Amino acid sequence: MSVIVGQPERIRVLLAHHRPRYGEVLFRVLVMIASLTVIAVIAGLIAVIGVQSLKGIAHNGPGFLTGTVWDPVHQVFGALPFIYGTLLTAVTALALAMLIGVGVALFLVDMAPPRLARPIGFMVELLAAIPSVVYGLWGIFVLAPWLRDFVEVPLHDTLGWLPFFSGTPIGIGNLAAVVVLTIMVLPTVAAVSRDVIAAVPLSQREAALALGATRWEMIRIGVLPYARSGVMGAGILGLARGVGETMAVTMVIGNAPTISLSFFSQGYTMASVIANEFSEATTELYRSSLMEIGLLLLIVTLVTNAVARLLVWRVAYGSRAGTLLA
Amino acid sequence: MSTLAVLPAGRIPGRDMRRRRATDRLMRGLLGLAALLAAVPLVLVLGFVLIQGLPALNLALITQSPVPAGFPGGGVAPAVVGTLIMVGLGTLIGTPIAVLAGIYTREYAGGRGATAIRFLVDVLAGVPTIAIGLFAYGLIVVPSGGFSGLAGGVALAITIVPIVARITDEMLGLVPGSIREAAYALGIPPWKAIVHVVLPAAAAGIVTGILLGVARIAGETAPLIFTALGNDTVSTSLGQPMDALPLRIWVYASGPYDSWHAEAWAASLVLVLLVLAFSLLTRLVMRQRSRSGM
Amino acid sequence: MTTMIRESSSIAPAVEPEPPSPSRGIVPGQRAAATIEREAVQVELDGLGASYGRHVVLRDITFTARPNSVTAIIGPSGCGKSTLIRCLNRMHEVTPGARVAGEVRLGGTSIYGSDIDPVVIRQRIGMVFQRPNPFPTMSIFDNVVAGLKLAGIRDRALLDEVVERSLRRAALWDEVRDKLKAPGGALSGGQQQRLCIARAIAVEPEVILMDEPASSLDPVSTLKIEELIDSLRMSYTIVIVTHNMQQASRISDRTAFLTVGDDGAGYLVEFGDTATIFTNPRQRLTEDYISGRFG
Repeated sequence: MSVIVGQPERIRVLLAHHRPRYGEVLFRVLVMIASLTVIAVIAGLIAVIGVQSLKGIAHNGPGFLTGTVWDPVHQVFGALPFIYGTLLTAVTALALAMLIGVGVALFLVDMAPPRLARPIGFMVELLAAIPSVVYGLWGIFVLAPWLRDFVEVPLHDTLGWLPFFSGTPIGIGNLAAVVVLTIMVLPTVAAVSRDVIAAVPLSQREAALALGATRWEMIRIGVLPYARSGVMGAGILGLARGVGETMAVTMVIGNAPTISLSFFSQGYTMASVIANEFSEATTELYRSSLMEIGLLLLIVTLVTNAVARLLVWRVAYGSRAGTLLA
Repeated sequence: MSTLAVLPAGRIPGRDMRRRRATDRLMRGLLGLAALLAAVPLVLVLGFVLIQGLPALNLALITQSPVPAGFPGGGVAPAVVGTLIMVGLGTLIGTPIAVLAGIYTREYAGGRGATAIRFLVDVLAGVPTIAIGLFAYGLIVVPSGGFSGLAGGVALAITIVPIVARITDEMLGLVPGSIREAAYALGIPPWKAIVHVVLPAAAAGIVTGILLGVARIAGETAPLIFTALGNDTVSTSLGQPMDALPLRIWVYASGPYDSWHAEAWAASLVLVLLVLAFSLLTRLVMRQRSRSGM
Repeated sequence: MTTMIRESSSIAPAVEPEPPSPSRGIVPGQRAAATIEREAVQVELDGLGASYGRHVVLRDITFTARPNSVTAIIGPSGCGKSTLIRCLNRMHEVTPGARVAGEVRLGGTSIYGSDIDPVVIRQRIGMVFQRPNPFPTMSIFDNVVAGLKLAGIRDRALLDEVVERSLRRAALWDEVRDKLKAPGGALSGGQQQRLCIARAIAVEPEVILMDEPASSLDPVSTLKIEELIDSLRMSYTIVIVTHNMQQASRISDRTAFLTVGDDGAGYLVEFGDTATIFTNPRQRLTEDYISGRFG
């Protein structure tokens, strides 16, 4: 059996000839610049918005955070109504989204057969894909009237003496905003919770079952304690999402800077006031004050996101495209 | 997670067991209710968009410009054109940066560097898009003296970067190490190995991620409110205000005219169909790849 | 066994096809009589050690793989055979935290010199892996010339020539000559491995390293690979890691036996002519391993 002999020298000479090394350096520089761009954008966000709000900060002082009057005409800028509105809607929506979201996650991971789990999981993911403005449109013309007629009026008639249900219900208002926000935050909470719960080792579940636990008890003893910090992270992520949500809330909350305990009252959130008033802002101080609200919003979401990611990171850094939609 | 069999509990005395079983049934019912509550809104929203939007959906809607307020007829052509242009621009600017950043994270960065970049990408993903709009406003609109399609495109680019970067990172991670080894062992320079061997192997997944990102930014309103501003006429000039579908839906939904409302529903239908199509496509490709073991 | 066609452009006298011999491999010394087609270089290991972080996996390995010969590395699992061979083409250092001690010389020059580019080393010292790993997105043709194309060589005529030559040498030409455009993954396991060998050969290395190249293949493919290795020695220096002792005794000229020491690191127990190692080893440990008393 003989062997073909060719012209190795020719190949080796060619290989030696085609050997400039600047390609490697160039590429490394390129990818590093790209990564630095991400850092630069985050830094730039804080810097640009911060600089733009300086005028407002100087003029409004610390009273900005506690002032309840928002009167651009007279150059009085108090942001408390918006802070209140954001907190009220986001926290309430989060509470509801956690209840439903963790429930869905548990259902999908520990209860549903795969044939049921896949479509339901997909449907929840799809909720995250619908644009915010479409939720707003639906909220104005479908949800708000329905809420008014079937929820708010009955509640007002029966429990109207409670501060939560006082005032004339017109559909548009805090409650509508809470419902819409819950729907939009739900996919985030559900998807991350699902990852976290699925990451609980089988051994934990089996240990509980081996003790003779019912399915619910297994979840209670073997799954939830283990997933606690991760689920908390999911909640904080959902909170961050709810705080930053703009369009749908703007379209159904009524956009009135009032502070009220009532769910029927119209309200205003930080994101909404920026969305509504920025393009119309006539004076630089007005714009700068709105930027100041934007800065506050940015810092709050950055911090909550960072904290949430740190919590969730350890438990489930998964390879799921689903979490991208969240 | 497979359903695990529950051991027969006949050993445990009666009353306690009955209570536990009742609790179990109750909680499981509640969990099922949660699943229902989660799935129902989707049907409601999509259903109404379909019902309300379909009657008003016609070719004129997409090809004609708006007529004076309150009059019937006209369309949202400026919005359609504007969305195409700005989404295109945003994707064009954002995707290369995102893919390169993803390559850096997965192929070059050390353990700590990679974790840091991944963390920052996730943080950027969580920034409210209205803040990104404010950033683009300060960055471009203020120095250039006016609202523009360019500013809108840049805002959308910033929005798409974390989505594509994260998925590039993950898709590259799915490429088997043996492929990289084979390339290095041949004496191929690392960067060529990545660009010509590893990247093509991950290409399908990355393209899917880009489609996902496109679907997302196509539906974004907040970054465009004070960057592109909106326009009642079809404009292809990046230096002028530009309209977009989400912007127009917002304006029309908030307005008093029924014709506007109808057009808003129709435009929403278009947007939702686009997003749905891309999401389904993504899912299909994802499932195919995981099945083929890649 | 296929008889390969002799190319007229060969620069050395052609070798007569050897008759098939049932006793093949039992007396390794006989093969040295065949004519060398091309002068290969030798690979010297001098006090080679390797570690991952603080965990030392190899300690003080010294032997020489002679030109135009097959040197086998055998030993129980965990003794560091794979790490050893990956130090020879600087693949070990690709892993984060990996470190190398001692020296490896290719034709007298250290491959770990500060001015040496690992990329160049890998063009001169090729590698074939345990599991065939053709590039999934490339055709058979592109797979074979991947090392050349990606280095910038574009001459179509030359590439065609290299493809045919490499595939012939790898004993795969007849089976794929009509489907060069088919994807690299569309072949059987044994064919894929020969494709990987062709790919490694195409960049004209001087040394070919093989990390258990036949262990994931069926017996028939394994035999084909072994015959291939036997023929390749005419043009290359071959170092092969194998856990299959019979294989080592069949195809190699010299053998290195490694095992795990008490400190958890692999070390060289014995090195010598294959015939001696397998029939009359010097070390007790070697004899125990050969006769299957451990590992």
